[in-house]
Amino acid sequence: MSNAMEIVKKARMVTRPTTLEFIEMLFDDFIELHGDRCFYDDKAVVGGIASFHGKSVTVIGVQKGHSIEENVMRSFGSPNPEGYRKQLRLMKQAEKFGRPIILFVNTSGAYCGVGAEERGQGEAIARNLMEMAGLKVPIISIFIGEGGSGGALALALADQVWMLDNGMYAVLSPEGFSSILWRSPHRVEEAAELMKLTAVDLLKNGVIEKIIPEHRDGLENHLQFTTEYIDRFLLEELKKLCAMPVEELLENRYQRFRKYGSFTEEDELEKK
Amino acid sequence: MNLFKRKNYIKINPPEVAPAAETEAPSIPDGMWVKCDDCKKIIYTKEIGPYHLCPFCRKHFRLSAEERIGLICDEDSFEEWDATMTAKNPMNYPEYHKIIAKAQERSGLKDGVVTGKCRIDGYETVLAIMDSHFMMGSMGSVVGEKITRAVERATKLRLPIIIFTASGGARMQEGIISLMQMAKTSAALNRHHQEGLLYISVMTDPTTGGVMASFASLGDIILAEPGATLGFAGRRVIEGTINEKLPDEFQTSEFQLEHGFVDAIVSRVEMKETLSKLLRLHSVEGGTFS
Ligand SMILES: [Zn+2]
Repeated sequence: MSNAMEIVKKARMVTRPTTLEFIEMLFDDFIELHGDRCFYDDKAVVGGIASFHGKSVTVIGVQKGHSIEENVMRSFGSPNPEGYRKQLRLMKQAEKFGRPIILFVNTSGAYCGVGAEERGQGEAIARNLMEMAGLKVPIISIFIGEGGSGGALALALADQVWMLDNGMYAVLSPEGFSSILWRSPHRVEEAAELMKLTAVDLLKNGVIEKIIPEHRDGLENHLQFTTEYIDRFLLEELKKLCAMPVEELLENRYQRFRKYGSFTEEDELEKK
Repeated sequence: MNLFKRKNYIKINPPEVAPAAETEAPSIPDGMWVKCDDCKKIIYTKEIGPYHLCPFCRKHFRLSAEERIGLICDEDSFEEWDATMTAKNPMNYPEYHKIIAKAQERSGLKDGVVTGKCRIDGYETVLAIMDSHFMMGSMGSVVGEKITRAVERATKLRLPIIIFTASGGARMQEGIISLMQMAKTSAALNRHHQEGLLYISVMTDPTTGGVMASFASLGDIILAEPGATLGFAGRRVIEGTINEKLPDEFQTSEFQLEHGFVDAIVSRVEMKETLSKLLRLHSVEGGTFS
């Protein structure tokens, strides 16, 4: 199996520690807050307030389950519009009280369904992107497993984006890439390789700032090994970001995303 | 985020009943007749007119950016920006330059969006028009960069921006960089918004995927052309998940209006007048009566 596909498999493993397990390890006094105040409480997204080294922070993440029952309840970690709207509500609350925001990403993508369309899945994601660009508090986004498409990006318009060794981030799944672009179900591994979806490739391409190590005997067996790194990185980075004037924070965040693009402006047809 | 395969109309050979074998009548060449894929009636192409509407059922056929500019802008007022920008190959996708070259040849466009500045009934505005004839209007680096620059210039010039969207979603051949265009465009719109400037989004057939989940959905005012396919996830993807056929109305403009995601459905015939009215209403200060 290709290296990239092996990572995709690991990122998707049902035993992989979930957002709530990371929160439990990293923060004190976590209190979960529910609902989008409009329609319902999407259990694919969890969030609330917690204490980090004595300071209050807002933590939000996509929550998968370890069993079928739990995954059904969490829609397999694919948020409905209400999940994104709950996230936005909690982020606005964080801004009001000056709390930094820490996001955990682990989703194959936004939920695909009739109800999600009726209630504006596209609008919910778009709104988060636009609002996050202007939130006046630091935002750090950590990919702990899968990161699929706009449904992951909605939690990743951040000042810093980090990823675990076996995390991934792509515009769609390698399966989707193979079937849509090559009309074949048999080129998934090739797609995974080409898509540059691993932490190493993403760091090289400037999509993420940091790779967080996982223990070689498995993240699920040595979660603390990884959370100790996260704890140290978060503390260092939050010190820097919180000391920054808001204008500079927002300008840096803007430029962080402004730079992406691969194009030329020479008129090559004219030259020929 | 699948690309929509549905064609707006299909070219067919002239029906046998066509021009009765009258003496002097010139024979009608191929392509003079089209079939409306909504009402299935055969239409003489001249009857489609400048608005590209089915004369029987008023279906709005897809327009090119150039045709759209002709319908919306005051004569000779459109000034194009960034006209030479073309895509590079961030992911080293096999033969991407050939795919781009072929799409350029077929459409006469450099990529999926034309941007610039124009006047509408005298009102100055920035305008971006996506064109589904170029790789189904998919958003890669060029679409993202041209839209972002257009928004940034509108902010600097303190002008409104109008974006006509038409897109099957992200340009998958550009991988994660295509996804980042959603963030880039939305962040630029945030700054335009913060300055209190007007953004009108006009959704046309089709607007789906990453464009729906970014700038298309962010208008202060969102208009839609009638009968357009507008949604986030692909219809077939959802049908596959729930294992049943979805009704025809699912993910149409009318569906989006009913569910509260567009402000109004505006016929192409009334589009310029409607935009002009909105620009006029935003050109005076609102609110304070003294
Ligand atoms: Zn018709």
